[in-house]
Amino acid sequence: MPSLKDLKNRIGSVKSTQKITKAMQLVAAAKLKRAQDAATAARPYAERLAAVLANLAATTGQGGPKLLSGNGNDQTHLIVVMTAERGLAGGFNAYVAKLARLKIQQLQAEGKTVKLLTIGKKGREVLAREHSGLFVGHVSLSDVKSNNFTDAALSVGQMLTQGFEKGEFDVATLIYSQFKNVLSQVPTAQQLIPAKAPEGAPVIDLGGAQYLYEPSEEAILEALLPRYINTQILSAMLESSAGEQASRMTAMDNATRNAKDLIKALNLKYNRARQAQITKELIEIISGAEAL
Amino acid sequence: MADKLHFSLVSPARELFAGAVDHVIAPGTEGEFGVLVNHAPFMTTLKNGVVRVLEGDVVRHRFYVRGGFADVTPAGLTILAEEARSLSDVNAQEIDVEIEAARLKLLELDKDDTRRVVFEHQISYLEGLRNALAN
Repeated sequence: MPSLKDLKNRIGSVKSTQKITKAMQLVAAAKLKRAQDAATAARPYAERLAAVLANLAATTGQGGPKLLSGNGNDQTHLIVVMTAERGLAGGFNAYVAKLARLKIQQLQAEGKTVKLLTIGKKGREVLAREHSGLFVGHVSLSDVKSNNFTDAALSVGQMLTQGFEKGEFDVATLIYSQFKNVLSQVPTAQQLIPAKAPEGAPVIDLGGAQYLYEPSEEAILEALLPRYINTQILSAMLESSAGEQASRMTAMDNATRNAKDLIKALNLKYNRARQAQITKELIEIISGAEAL
Repeated sequence: MADKLHFSLVSPARELFAGAVDHVIAPGTEGEFGVLVNHAPFMTTLKNGVVRVLEGDVVRHRFYVRGGFADVTPAGLTILAEEARSLSDVNAQEIDVEIEAARLKLLELDKDDTRRVVFEHQISYLEGLRNALAN
């Protein structure tokens, strides 16, 4: 039976935990708003670029640049795992890592060589337990400020396109958390290289006219593909960051509510113990008086 | 002229401009070109330079863009820039600070780091932007 003082301390500590989780929830909510705005602002560019690529890819058909058609091999797979820099966001990082692990096992079972590139600290920590031998690189997002992921996305894109040209891998797949809405983030695997022209992109109606290309169709496609890949990485980073905040907000909301329940239960216990002590003291006084 | 050209300028970060204008002059890799309404379908890559938006004969907006594409369709002109800033939003001192910061980052990287290219591009963009401001 814990003493009254123990219970009091316990209640105090749960209360301060509740304050922290409440504050974290509010901070996450504010950050989520900004991350969502950034993701929305980035959408027009991604959509138009996809439309342009779909258009170009349709006209060039087979035998385009390697970034689009692949280098003919399917042996070495690079898996890019995108997670958050920080934890305490519910299952956010764990779900992405789980999908990554599944993917690795699946590819290894098929006899493929798997390499891992991690973006964000948490995914690396989780995957390091089993797959540290597969790591070929890591990109930290810790110095990204106010949702400006442009530089980070460019760096990753540069690493990928150069690695592909050098033949370090044949296929690159990005695993990240897709932001559906505040309550649901879906871990998704998306093939980056060879680039897949988006399906269902709107076909631009030229009214029978022919496109003029300057300098040439191939040159434009070649300039466009790395940018398309960069853009996909950038949108994934923005979605992932929005998802992280949303997930943290939900997790901290739950934690705050749990703390509230816990405080209620502890308060009840504390009051019972106090009452029991008073009753005991009264009995002692009364039986003492009766004995006289 | 009653008809106007629908012009939108987007960068990965956001949409900088969307609206109906008379005339847009953009820096194509093969030379500067102007787009009026009802232009033939046309696609080109861009180099670093100033995009000018004209109403009548007056330059209304100037944007400094870093590379990208211009896509002219019957629906209008879309410029997909890798980075773009309105020249009225920036001043030379801020750009100097950014150039300095980018140089410092470049110094920190190894010689064969793949990210060097990113910062080298960034610096040349910022320098071009400052020159455009000076003019």
